Amino acid sequence: MSKLENQYSAKDEVATVFIRRTFFQRALITLKKAPFTAWLGMTIVFIYIFVAVFAPLIAPYGEAQIFKVPYAPWDEIHVFGTDRLGRDILSRLIYGARNTMGIAILTTLLAFIIGGGLGLLAAILRGWIDQFLARFVDILMAIPSLIFALMLLSIFGSTAFNLIIIIAILDSTRVFRLSRAVGMNVAVMEYVEAARLRGEKIGWIMGREILPNILPPLVAEFGLRFCYVFLMIASLSFLGVGIQPPTADWGSMVRETGELIQYAQYDITAAMTPILPAAAIGILTIGVNFVVDWFLYLTSGLKDEHK
Amino acid sequence: MHPIVATLIKRIGLGIVSLFFVSLIIFSSLNLLPGDFVEAVLGQSRTEETVATFRKELGLDKPFHIRYVNWLSAAVQGDLGSTFSGRNASYANQPQQSTARTVTSLLKPRLYNTFFLAAMTALIAVPLSLFLGITAALYRNTFYDRTVNASALATISMPEFFVAYILIICLASIYQFFPSLSNVTSSTPFFERVYLSILPALTLTLVTVAHMMRMTRAAIINLLSSPYIEMAQLKGLSRSKVILEHALPNAWAPIANIIAFNLAYLIVGVVVVEVVFVYPGVGQLMVDSVIKRDIPVVQGCALVFALTYISLNLIADVISIITNPRLLYPK
Repeated sequence: MSKLENQYSAKDEVATVFIRRTFFQRALITLKKAPFTAWLGMTIVFIYIFVAVFAPLIAPYGEAQIFKVPYAPWDEIHVFGTDRLGRDILSRLIYGARNTMGIAILTTLLAFIIGGGLGLLAAILRGWIDQFLARFVDILMAIPSLIFALMLLSIFGSTAFNLIIIIAILDSTRVFRLSRAVGMNVAVMEYVEAARLRGEKIGWIMGREILPNILPPLVAEFGLRFCYVFLMIASLSFLGVGIQPPTADWGSMVRETGELIQYAQYDITAAMTPILPAAAIGILTIGVNFVVDWFLYLTSGLKDEHK
Repeated sequence: MHPIVATLIKRIGLGIVSLFFVSLIIFSSLNLLPGDFVEAVLGQSRTEETVATFRKELGLDKPFHIRYVNWLSAAVQGDLGSTFSGRNASYANQPQQSTARTVTSLLKPRLYNTFFLAAMTALIAVPLSLFLGITAALYRNTFYDRTVNASALATISMPEFFVAYILIICLASIYQFFPSLSNVTSSTPFFERVYLSILPALTLTLVTVAHMMRMTRAAIINLLSSPYIEMAQLKGLSRSKVILEHALPNAWAPIANIIAFNLAYLIVGVVVVEVVFVYPGVGQLMVDSVIKRDIPVVQGCALVFALTYISLNLIADVISIITNPRLLYPK
C-alpha cells in the first residue's frame, strides 16, 4: 500500500493476492455489510419460520382445544385469553403462523411455477403463443384481483385447495409479465442461440440457460409476491371466505374476535386480542419487505437516489 | 389526423375491447359452476317442473352465445337479473310470481354509498399525498423525507383491517370522537353522512396515501434528475419557474397514473373497510353474496368494480396522452 489511501497504483493491484473464498465466507462478508433494516427483517422472518416449524412444541395448548371459559381475560393460564369458543389465543396465534404462512408460500410457489414457466416459454417461442398469452394476461389483470378472487370463490366454494389454486392463477399473471420481460432480454443472447443450434430441448434452454440469469429479479419478486398473497389471503379470511374454521389462521382470528374492540375503554387487553393476529400479519410483511429491499439493492446495482 | 386524436382513439378502443372480454369472463364464470347449479339453487323442494321453469327463466335452454348477448344487452340497460336468495321455497310454490329481488335494486343505493366513501377519501388523500410526495422529493434525504418514507412503508405493509381497528380503538372507543359503525341510510342528511363515514374514509386515506406519496416522490425525483432540468437550472432560471414550467408538464402523466392506480386500489380496499365498519356499500354486498353464493349479485358487483377499475385506468391514460408535451407539438 502506498502512503496515500486513495491513490491508485497498478503495482498494488497486481501485487494483491486473490483470495479464493467459499460461498459461505462470501455470504458472511455480505451479511456483515447488511444495514440495520435488513438485519431486522431477517430476524423477523427467521423467528416466524422457527415458530411455524416448531408450533406444536412451542404452543401451550392444542390448535382447536376448547376450554370452559370463553373470552377469558389475560392471565397466567391463558397469556392472551381465550376466544368466543374458549380456545387459547396464544396457541392459535402460534399454529396460525404455520397455517397462514404455509398456505401463502404454497400459493406463491404455484404462482411462480405457472407464471414463470409460461413467461419463459413466451419469451423463447415468441410468435402467436407469446401474443396470445400476453393478451390473455392483460384481460385477467383488468379485473381487480380481490374482486376476481371473491367471484371465483363464490362459484367454486371456499376450501383451502380452491383458495390456493385461484389466488395462484390470479397472481401468476404478474409473475408472467416479469419473467417474460426479463426473459426476453436473455433469450436473444448468443449463448441461448448457441444452445438452440446445438439442438437443446426447450426445457434445457428455459432451466439451464435463461433461468440462472434472471434469478435475482425473480427472487426479489418472490418476496414481494409472497407479501401480496399473504395479505390477500388474510383479507379473504377476514372477510369469511378464505381459510375456514376450525383451522387457526390470523385473518379469521381477527374476524372472530373483532367485536372485542368495543371494550377498549374498559379493558385495553381485551381490545388488543384482535390486534395481535393483525399485527402478526403486518410485522411479517414489513420484515419481508426490508429483506427484499436489501436484496434488490445488492443484486440490481441500482443504488437509485441514495448517493 | 392529429397524432393525439389517433392515440386517443386507439386507447379508448382498447378499453372497450378489454371491457368486452371482462364481461365475457364474468358471464361465463357462471358456467364454470360444478354440477347443475339450477338444482343446487332450488334445493330439496325442487320438482321437475320448477327446475325446467327456472332453467327457462335463466335462459339455460339456449346456447351460450345467445345467452351472453341477451345478458349483455340487458346489463347495458341496467338490468342485471334477479337474486337467488329467497328463491328456493317461494319459487317452488309459485313459480309465476317469483319474490326474488332484482340485482339492480340491491346495487343502486349501495353504489351511491360506495362512491360517496371513495370520493370523500380521494378528496382527502390525493391533495395530501401530492403535497407530501412533492415536498419529500424536494427535501430528499432530510429527516422529514426519511420520517415520511418510513411511516409510508409501515402503513403499506399493514392490512386494512389492522389500520381500521387501531383507529377504532383510538378514536371510537377510548376517546369517543367518531362512531365505529357507519350505518348510513338513503335518508341520512349530508353532514351526518360525512360524520358517520369519517373513520372508514380515514382508514382508506392512510392505506392509499403511503403508496401514492411514494410513487409521486419517485416520479418527481426521476424527473428532476433528467438533463433538461439541469439545463434549465444552469440557464439561471428561478426554482419555481423550473418546477412549474419545465418539470410539471412532464409530471402530469405519471401523477395522473399514480392517482388513477390508487383510486382503482381504493375500490378494492373499500371491500374490507366496508365490512369492518358495517358500511352499506357494494363491497359489503359482494362479500355477503359470496358467503350466500348468490351468484347474480356477485356478478353484478364484480361487473361494477371491473367497470370502475377499467374506466379509471382509461381516464388516467387519456390524461397522460393529452398532457404529453411530445405529442402536443408534433414534428
